[in-house]
Amino acid sequence: MSMIFGVPLAVLSGQLLIGIINGAFYALLSLGLAVIFGLLKIINFAHGAMYMLGAMVTVLMFDALGVNYWVALFLAPLVVGAFGVLIEYFLLRRIAGQDHIYSLLLTFGAALIIQGVLVNIFGVSGLRYTMPDMFKGGVNLGFMFLPYYRAWVIVAALVVCFGTWFVIEKTKLGSYLRAGTEDSQLMQGFGINVPLLISLTYGFGVALAAFAGVLAAPIYSVTPVMGSSILIVVFAVVVIGGMGSIGGAIITGILMGVIEGLTKTFYPPASSAVIFLVMVLVLMFRPSGLFGKEA
Amino acid sequence: MTMMKKLLTSAVASALMVGGAQAEISDNTVKIGYLADMSGTYRDLAGPNGLAALNMAIKDFGGKVNGAKIEVVSADDRNSPDTSSSTVRRWVENDKVDLVAGMVASSVSIAVSKILEEHDRLGIISGSAASSITNEHCTPNHIHYVYDTYPLANGTASAVVKEGGKTWYMLTADYAFGHALEGDVTRVVEANGGEVIGAVRHPFPTQDFSSFILQAQASGADVVGLANAGADTTNAITTASEFGVTQSGQTLAALLLFLTDVHALGAETAQGIQLTTGWYWDMNDETREWSDRFMEETGVRPTMVHAGIYSSTMQYLNAVAATGSDDAQTVRQQMMDTPINDMFAKNGKIRVDGRMVHDMYLAEVKTPEESKNEWDLYKILRTIPAEESYRPLSESKCKLVK
Repeated sequence: MSMIFGVPLAVLSGQLLIGIINGAFYALLSLGLAVIFGLLKIINFAHGAMYMLGAMVTVLMFDALGVNYWVALFLAPLVVGAFGVLIEYFLLRRIAGQDHIYSLLLTFGAALIIQGVLVNIFGVSGLRYTMPDMFKGGVNLGFMFLPYYRAWVIVAALVVCFGTWFVIEKTKLGSYLRAGTEDSQLMQGFGINVPLLISLTYGFGVALAAFAGVLAAPIYSVTPVMGSSILIVVFAVVVIGGMGSIGGAIITGILMGVIEGLTKTFYPPASSAVIFLVMVLVLMFRPSGLFGKEA
Repeated sequence: MTMMKKLLTSAVASALMVGGAQAEISDNTVKIGYLADMSGTYRDLAGPNGLAALNMAIKDFGGKVNGAKIEVVSADDRNSPDTSSSTVRRWVENDKVDLVAGMVASSVSIAVSKILEEHDRLGIISGSAASSITNEHCTPNHIHYVYDTYPLANGTASAVVKEGGKTWYMLTADYAFGHALEGDVTRVVEANGGEVIGAVRHPFPTQDFSSFILQAQASGADVVGLANAGADTTNAITTASEFGVTQSGQTLAALLLFLTDVHALGAETAQGIQLTTGWYWDMNDETREWSDRFMEETGVRPTMVHAGIYSSTMQYLNAVAATGSDDAQTVRQQMMDTPINDMFAKNGKIRVDGRMVHDMYLAEVKTPEESKNEWDLYKILRTIPAEESYRPLSESKCKLVK
């Protein structure tokens, strides 16, 4: 078998694929963050909590009402997105226009409260969620066994990522959004309800995180603390991609998934640090991020 | 004559005072500090319910010891040796805490025991796993009560090797506990004629295990050994089942699983997994009776750690009552001299290195058909006698063992 740096090629291909799958998760999460920061200039530290809520709502809706996976895929982001709109309306709106640090602290506090309340109710061991029957099993690719569900994760995440990018960068609605956040008074003058637009944008960003949460529910242990560790990684991804760059967040997400996957193969103990190492390097040599516009 | 009388009285008085100082409960209060992960990944195996178990013991004891009141303070260790060290330092230096109980992450316990030694207070560790706690890290100021990595490896690894799992690939949590467990497993596997052909040390905590599971599959080992705990273990087991590890002929050996982990996985996913435990709630009438009371209090069935916290607190209070003292060395000696016979252990004994040795059990997770309710999860396959379970003192590196 051919080897690369002492690792069989087959193993390496498997790791690359796994990296892309995990990268799809990062892309989805950092996309929501980038939308919220890029358009609203809010540093949303509640993003991990919203991801967790997406997964929790999926499990709870199944346990209480028998709501199946496919319905949850739409309903959970909707529920969590609505919750996001409430947070924007009742809390974030009050500090609009203030320094970024206020939104950071507010959302961070909200995340801790949400997480704490849920830990008290559900504990941390995790809730059970069984994978839908049609996703059980997988296909042998020769170099690795690919579970059907992971293949679905890539497809679902990429479709949603591309759709979001398209709507924001290429459609009329997207141009309203970008203009509304650029000069809200002017847009108000054109008769566009900018506050509503902002609420909905925040809700949409949050719904993206919840969507990632639904995707995660069948494969990770669903606990109230599942969002806290991934949040920091996702922030690093957004910083590397360039704060607020939508396309940058998607590409960087996948790239970082791959880099992390390769580190897990060559030197596992560094795998949780490697993304931050990249972040440091990017900040040193290209402070506005790989895809950010020069400030 | 008067002179003589005076001398004698003062001699008697001072003798009494000296005696009194030795056998006295300081400030007429026994203060217990409960330190555990109250909100993070190790919360459910000890956490707030461990505090409930501790309070149950105090209540069952009568709420007072020799007329002195018993006070409890608690804190979240946040799985951080630094945070825990400063908490315990405050407890012993300012708050006059006599006993620190609970203690989960091994790194926390090792850090805290150093402070306890410095200030000569007592610690009873119920949640931690690393066998190094009573080996190279032993102090005259702590007791390790419930289990450690040595019997976990002995029980599970030797059972799996005997069933034909000769080559092992380890997924190890990259900190004190994981390293200790990996070392103990390697020793047992090799002693039984097997071999550890590879290991990957993953960061703690890790959510996505797919990359590591893939490496384990590529290794071609008979057994994939999980030297981790809590959410790391449940995530690894879920991912292993997703990637068809057992279908492709590899055995999964989880070295440390708590009842709460198995409960989270469910009998469907966890069935057939063998594990070693220090206690199980459904073993006999005594354990069931206590577990029913615990469940009334908390709403869940107790883990071995919860039961151990109750039992060790009871032993501690008995020792304080018997000696009339809360001095660390006096109480520890009394606890060492008293065999433990309660719902947690039969003929348990605390050794000079601080290790409480008692029978351990090899269990198997029931199938969904066998499991009568959500907490009916284990069948006990074998009792591993105390003397076979723990590291013998003859192999000890503890400075207290001569």
